[in-house]
Amino acid sequence: MSQDTATYDAAAEFQDRASISQKAQALLHKYPWLSSTMVLVVASIIFSFFNENFLTPSNFSLILQQVAIVGAVAAGQTLIILTAGIDLSCGAIAVFSSMTMAKLVQGTPGEGEPVGIAIWLAFPAGLLVGMLGGAINGFLVTKVKLPPFIVTLGTFNVFLALTLTLTKGTVPSIEMDPFLLTLGHYVNLGPFRVTTGVLFMFAMYMVLAFVLRYTSWGRHVYAVGDDIDAARLAGISVNRVLMSVYMVAGLTFALAAWIVIGRVTVASPNTGGDLNLDAITAVVIGGTSLFGGRGTIFGSLIGAIIVGVFRNGLTLAGVDLYYQLLAIGLLIIFAVSVDQWIRKARK
Amino acid sequence: MSKKPILQAVGLTKSYGRVVALDGSDLELFPGEVLAVVGDNGAGKSTMIKCLSGAEVADEGQIIVDGQQVSFKRPQDGRHAGIETVYQTLAVAPALDIASNLFLGREMRKKGPLGSVFRMIDSSGMRKAAKEHIAALGIGTIQNITQAVETLSGGQRQAVAVARAAAFGQKVIILDEPTAALGVRESRQVLKLIESLRDRGMPVILISHNMPQVFEVADRIQVQRLGKRAAVVTPKSHSMNDVVAIMTGAMTVDKKDQALTSVR
Repeated sequence: MSQDTATYDAAAEFQDRASISQKAQALLHKYPWLSSTMVLVVASIIFSFFNENFLTPSNFSLILQQVAIVGAVAAGQTLIILTAGIDLSCGAIAVFSSMTMAKLVQGTPGEGEPVGIAIWLAFPAGLLVGMLGGAINGFLVTKVKLPPFIVTLGTFNVFLALTLTLTKGTVPSIEMDPFLLTLGHYVNLGPFRVTTGVLFMFAMYMVLAFVLRYTSWGRHVYAVGDDIDAARLAGISVNRVLMSVYMVAGLTFALAAWIVIGRVTVASPNTGGDLNLDAITAVVIGGTSLFGGRGTIFGSLIGAIIVGVFRNGLTLAGVDLYYQLLAIGLLIIFAVSVDQWIRKARK
Repeated sequence: MSKKPILQAVGLTKSYGRVVALDGSDLELFPGEVLAVVGDNGAGKSTMIKCLSGAEVADEGQIIVDGQQVSFKRPQDGRHAGIETVYQTLAVAPALDIASNLFLGREMRKKGPLGSVFRMIDSSGMRKAAKEHIAALGIGTIQNITQAVETLSGGQRQAVAVARAAAFGQKVIILDEPTAALGVRESRQVLKLIESLRDRGMPVILISHNMPQVFEVADRIQVQRLGKRAAVVTPKSHSMNDVVAIMTGAMTVDKKDQALTSVR
């Protein structure tokens, strides 16, 4: 025993002598959201030098409104990426859900008066469609055992096609139900003036963060992404966890669709086509590993805000749109490099 | 000598496609003993313990736990019957901490409405219990229970896996090649763990390639050959050379010379 203790002391001493980069690595390993938070703070400070309007409550309110939709989709996407999966169909599910809600409320215009159904039926139906979309993805991943990338690439096109079939490619121009526009209202919070959609997105993050951190289900989501065989042998019903993750994610995409309707005040088949890549970008920049099992949900919120801050800050600094894309691209590569560097340290 | 087996397998058969991994193999584990299962690669050792733990479903044969016939479909079924298994691949989630790993798949809930309504897990309670389990096995080198498992050495990880089995195993603990990936000092630690399990009266099945280790801790040694039980001997009745000879088919042991009943 004394020998063991001696060895341990030696190891501890060795750890004390670890270089600064090793210490940084260990710190980032423990708190994966730290690097993205630092990027956010540093970027905000730099942008504030270029334009005095950048670091103002009204500008940040604007940024938050711009990232509310992507942020909400990224919340669901994070769950899936934590299980080492990916969902390319998230945007398509969101658009399909929003079209379902709008179409059901408005009815189909044709001969005579369009007959819509009540909002208290149409709205849950839209959410159900989102969950159902997720369930289809989950079924194909767990039962048919296809890779999530392929599954969701397929369903992405399927849901898009369904949406276009439903609308015949047109934007319904009838006035929207007031309930569906709820998340477009403005509220004042001190100097900030944001939409209820922003607050709703924050609430989604709170709920998911609680569930991930404080319930068995949350632990199991991490365990499944970390090592699926280990999780199975540890007695976790792996398929049930995966299925529930895809369905909960589908629900968040449908809720994101509600934010979309509030923001653009119509349900358009054309909004949200690039939501999938934007959401994945937010998750990755937020420090969640594409290999699963590592990351936090709040990281994705920060990731979404970083993308918004970069777009907004570069615009205010008078930088060309093309260079903004370049900056986001470099940011993604930087984020994934950091993730790889952290993982290598612990092999 | 008339002890009843706590775990018994009769005529277990399992094939993967055309490959017959288990060909009507038997096994008896008696209370309080360490039964080693040895055999060449492909003799069906791992397949047998997978059937016994519920990770695989046997095509034919019976599994009897404590006199009751059972049918395991999933790893959970084995655990419910009181059989805990430490797999060769360790089955720990590397990014989760030690306490989370110990309770993975059966987390403790908080008391009261926080646990029943909000389904909150009792993190501090699990940490405390994990500390006690680790201490009970005399694993002194693990200091911080909130360390991620991936920051541990191979021996420490193995210790976590064994501690989990010991904490929840009610009837039987199965260890599949627990020392295969370990160094000398770490192997010693694991052997000590096995002995402390036996001292607590816990029956253990030990799958191993390492003859000296098997002869050190086992009460009886079951030799598998070509998916069947070739013989059951004791470290006293037969030498390592004999066991290797039985494994390769160079030697057969008459039924009356075998140790088919408890020797403890």
